[in-house]
Amino acid sequence: MGKIVEVRNLFKSFGKQEVLKGIDLDVEDGEVVVIIGPSGSGKSTFLRCLNLLERPTSGEVYVDSFLLTDRKANIDKIRRNIGMVFQQFNLFPHMSVMKNIMLAPIDTKLLTKEEASLKAMSLLERVGLADKADAYPRQLSGGQQQRIAIARALAMNPDVMLFDEPTSALDPEMIGEVLNVMKDLAGEGMTMVIVTHEMGFARDVADRVIFMDDGVIVEEGKPEDIFMVASEDRTRQFLSRVL
Amino acid sequence: MGVARVLREALPLLYQGILVTVQITAASLLIAVVVGLLVCLLGMSKIKLFSIISKFYIWLIRGTPLLVQTFFVYFGAPQLIQSFGIDFRLTAYSAGLIALSLNAGAYIAEIFRGGIQAVDSGQMEAARSLGLTKASSMRHVILPQAVRISVPSLVNQMIITLKDTSIISVISLADIVYQAKIYIGRTMESFATWTVVGVFYLVVVTVLTFLSNYAEKKMSYGKNS
Repeated sequence: MGKIVEVRNLFKSFGKQEVLKGIDLDVEDGEVVVIIGPSGSGKSTFLRCLNLLERPTSGEVYVDSFLLTDRKANIDKIRRNIGMVFQQFNLFPHMSVMKNIMLAPIDTKLLTKEEASLKAMSLLERVGLADKADAYPRQLSGGQQQRIAIARALAMNPDVMLFDEPTSALDPEMIGEVLNVMKDLAGEGMTMVIVTHEMGFARDVADRVIFMDDGVIVEEGKPEDIFMVASEDRTRQFLSRVL
Repeated sequence: MGVARVLREALPLLYQGILVTVQITAASLLIAVVVGLLVCLLGMSKIKLFSIISKFYIWLIRGTPLLVQTFFVYFGAPQLIQSFGIDFRLTAYSAGLIALSLNAGAYIAEIFRGGIQAVDSGQMEAARSLGLTKASSMRHVILPQAVRISVPSLVNQMIITLKDTSIISVISLADIVYQAKIYIGRTMESFATWTVVGVFYLVVVTVLTFLSNYAEKKMSYGKNS
């Protein structure tokens, strides 16, 4: 098993406010890492540093052993191997579901038009939305939109998938369908880094749970250890509030 | 005071003017859209000189009346160029076209800028995180949505430019207003002539408004189905 993601001594400030204060993390091939923590703890910012949607103030990020934080790195090329799913889905509203999924593989010349179309259909079947191929995003429910967003990211055959609170904008009855797709993905061996407030999901699916607070990793470990016998006070306090 | 007489006598004359008005409006808007997009993209460039040029241009155009701009293009600029010993003249049509294009271009640049800024920032993030280059993201994701947002303002600018062509008649561009003035000078039929001219503008603006509502509906991506 190789390392997919390596983070070394990562710092990030917005103006004078220091949001990330020295983070180190390795993610192994096929590992599912879930990051939990109170809001404002820096977990979303950290995730966004992993594909350089935020540029770290200092420190190093490697994905597939490419140094992302190098100013000369071909960031567009490295990002093709990093799927990202957003809280607000961010589907392209002016394109049909099919076009949403096919845009990136075709534009980056990863696939031909015909290949991309086949790939899109098989991904739609995988997320249970084959009948929505020609629909536009705003005709879909939030849960359906998020499943399409996952399919769109998968169309690039990424080596790792990042999820930034993928169920936080959803009505409660739609959370399950999105988590199920993610669970299947984890079962198929996809490397995943997930920021979420769904503790039940973290317990079921995570290989490793990371608790962040105030810009640092306070504690990490197997889910049963973190949820049952957390060693840090801050972790226990947080968990007692959310569980 | 005979509307019937004006319709009979003046219409052929006014018709020539209408052709010029419509032609110069369409031509200057086409150029203005290109100028506008260019100025807008220059303004968003990270290269400081580009954004300064863009800001200066918009500042200059917005800060002066079209009438002054027209006189400057037709009389002012040629005189400056001639003072270097170069024989340079513009026809009224070219000068009018340049003035209108530069004028509308500045406003359209601002319309596009507003449209681009109105597109949710998550759209650019989603496109970039899929590995699209910045240019590709702009072309496939941001600009189509920005244009859609800009349509009502663009139509508004079309209407303004159409009416602004009447100002160009001061440099003897033979538009509908110029023809109307000539006809009135001969016949004193002020009321009927200006009524006909007014109706022409109203009809064109009404048609444009209908077209824009139709276009807006067409581009609403499954909102109504």
